[in-house]
Amino acid sequence: MEIPFTSKARPDTGLYNAKVGIWLFLASEVMLFGALFSSYIMLRIGAPEGTWPLPGKMLMTPPGAINTAVLILSSVTVVLAWASLKFGNFAQYKKFQAVTIACAVVFMGIKAYEYHDKLTHYAIVKTDGSVWDGHMVTQDDQSVTITIHAHEDEGDHDHDHDHNGHAHDDEHADSKHVNINAYLGVKAVKDFEYNVDEHGHHVDGEVTIPRSEIAKITNYGPQHSTYLAIYFTLTGLHALHVCGGAFVIFMIWGPLAKMWETDPERYINRVEVSGLFWHFVDLVWIFLFPLLYLL
Amino acid sequence: MASDHSTPPKNLREFFQHERSYMIVFGTLLVFTVITVAIAQVDLEHDHGMFHGANMTLGLIIATFKATLVMLFFMHLISEKQLIYLVLGFTAFFATGLMGLTIWAMLDYPKLTTFFM
Repeated sequence: MEIPFTSKARPDTGLYNAKVGIWLFLASEVMLFGALFSSYIMLRIGAPEGTWPLPGKMLMTPPGAINTAVLILSSVTVVLAWASLKFGNFAQYKKFQAVTIACAVVFMGIKAYEYHDKLTHYAIVKTDGSVWDGHMVTQDDQSVTITIHAHEDEGDHDHDHDHNGHAHDDEHADSKHVNINAYLGVKAVKDFEYNVDEHGHHVDGEVTIPRSEIAKITNYGPQHSTYLAIYFTLTGLHALHVCGGAFVIFMIWGPLAKMWETDPERYINRVEVSGLFWHFVDLVWIFLFPLLYLL
Repeated sequence: MASDHSTPPKNLREFFQHERSYMIVFGTLLVFTVITVAIAQVDLEHDHGMFHGANMTLGLIIATFKATLVMLFFMHLISEKQLIYLVLGFTAFFATGLMGLTIWAMLDYPKLTTFFM
């Protein structure tokens, strides 16, 4: 039995069926992401004061911004690929869609780099109440070694110090200073002092902490804080969409391209439908980028 | 034969018109991405005396504008069939309800409720 209206438009709707199908699917996707976006709003409004990271302080802006540009570029190449087919230029379609797939790979590569950076970043509370914050070097049963970049990781916990390690008391200090590790316990994070030794000096470079002195240790994974939980949920789901969309586009572009010879109209429709999904993935990122990285 | 190179076939010319409009949208999207990042570097509320939540409002307005461009031109909603608009109308209604009711419920609690932070 032949599937009806795969290439020709259905008289009453004026559309081929797959197009109605993809829009209905995108409608359900809007509800899925809508639920998560409203969760984001609730969690952010409901966060106790000083526990939501300040704009641009938890994530690095450049990778996010580059990924935004990469997805926008891929959206253009998807639509140009479709337009090329519409005008019968299969070779050009192949080139444009190859760029789309490459963009998806670049996006996932940058995302993986960002995830890796967060998952190897650790916060350690010692039994004496001091907090140590840096990237994991090695760990075994006896001790944990992290590397601290006193200046680089300033953004992760956002506080200003003079060279003796004392926090500045500028006029906005109370309202502007946010301690993203506050969940670790109030006593542990007094004065927002991290990576300060018993003499009050800031430590730079590698630090080895015996397990016996560690009261609590956690990386910057989803369990670290409410913010990172919703960050990993939203970007993780989005990344799955990128993978899924790229896979479908790749299949149509490569293994299923024979249809261009046998049923070109249906083939063009497939490209259009996969493109609509891809634009939706781009749309979601257009909101995710400012909400998670900048605002 | 001479005309082969000087006058491209009509459909090719049409293609370039399409391509041009897509490239304009592409450029606009990139420019507004840069603007979004630039705005985020300044604290409009505390340093420039703007209203409470100015950064958030402006950031979301720009994001919505960019999303609208993608929907209108890349997803061709600027000229689509009636049924698609109907589907989108329902989607907008329910998505607004989902967000609106959630926020409404969150803000609407008995006055004497206390929260443990």
